[in-house]
Amino acid sequence: MKWHVLRPLWVAIGLVGSILVARVFLVPDDFGINGRNFTYGFHRLSNIQEWKDFPVKYRGREYCVECHEEKVDSLNASPHQPVECENCHGAAVNHPDDPELLPIDRSREHCLRCHAQLNYPHSARDQVPGINNRMHMRRRDCAECHNPHSPAEEKQ
Amino acid sequence: MTCSRRSFLKDAVGGTLVSSLPLSAFVFLSNEEAIAAVDEAKVRWAFLVDTTTCTGCGLCVKACKTENEIPYDAPVTRTWVERYVVTKDGQTHIDSPLGGRDGFIDDKIRDEEIDPDNIDKAFFVPKLCNQCDNPACVQVCPVGATYQTHDGVVLIDRNWCIGCGYCIMACPYGVRFFHPTAKVADKCNFCYHRISQGMQPACVECCSFGARRLANLNDPDDPVTKIIKTERVAVLKDEYGTKPHVFYIGLDEAVR
Repeated sequence: MKWHVLRPLWVAIGLVGSILVARVFLVPDDFGINGRNFTYGFHRLSNIQEWKDFPVKYRGREYCVECHEEKVDSLNASPHQPVECENCHGAAVNHPDDPELLPIDRSREHCLRCHAQLNYPHSARDQVPGINNRMHMRRRDCAECHNPHSPAEEKQ
Repeated sequence: MTCSRRSFLKDAVGGTLVSSLPLSAFVFLSNEEAIAAVDEAKVRWAFLVDTTTCTGCGLCVKACKTENEIPYDAPVTRTWVERYVVTKDGQTHIDSPLGGRDGFIDDKIRDEEIDPDNIDKAFFVPKLCNQCDNPACVQVCPVGATYQTHDGVVLIDRNWCIGCGYCIMACPYGVRFFHPTAKVADKCNFCYHRISQGMQPACVECCSFGARRLANLNDPDDPVTKIIKTERVAVLKDEYGTKPHVFYIGLDEAVR
């Protein structure tokens, strides 16, 4: 005699079985508890290396000085010494191969990031020499008169 | 078959002891694995933000977006700078246009002119992922796509994330966002690709005022760790119990 429960039961068992088989192929070998516990460390281990291989774009002053020694020296001797080269010249990435030329940000807005006077008492902005953006040489670029590599002296 | 009381007790105690041993007790680590486990424990990344020296130039935000390939004009960012202006009438004006990407060059806040004579104090607060010890965002991930590494950094597996957004809702600090082009959850990871090869995070390198610094809490000789251990620092939203690892110097009560 056929038992009517059996047929759907086989279907259910078959489904569970196929999921278990599919799991073997779909879940990577290194997936599991790789950290301190299940709650915080349940992941694919090789992803850590994938993040470590993410390309670096900002190379830092030590990279620039390899070729542009006198430029870096002039910057280091100026009050702009704490400013990184790449803040104005853009990320080096693989310069000089790629990109061959770096776009230099000479815009007024770029200088104003630090040198716009905001009249905030006791704020760090107040410690930086600043200008009133609405009064001082409006619509002119700062670099027309000031040399960013030695800002203390003005051109002409 | 006979079984004396003595042998029954002996077997029962022995059996209990053996079955209480976890399977992992029988795993033998290779030399490399053992060394790796010890080396990893030598590092616990943390961050120190000095709000008293931040000028709000926003170059950290610009550098972060470039370094980590976050779409430049999309209104999402891994780190951002907030401006707080506390006026004499007790009000706090807060803004962070585009996360402070273009700096703060105007004294208007949300198109509101604020009289300089009316200002009690004003300051800038950089924010980034806190790399919590108990990260709420990791707990809620239904697929195991986000996790904490041995050095304390919380990472997201871009191949595994299904973009459900639970973690974005779970983070009390609002540091997570949906990456517009990668189509997964994203957040600051202290520039993991840089710090794991001895470089500084992009935002730290680009900060001209030393307002951002990276620390290895497990290295007692680390100068930044010394500051965190010996000076008065605060964390954001301590009451959530997430144990955040971004420490702030000069954190004001107005900061949320």
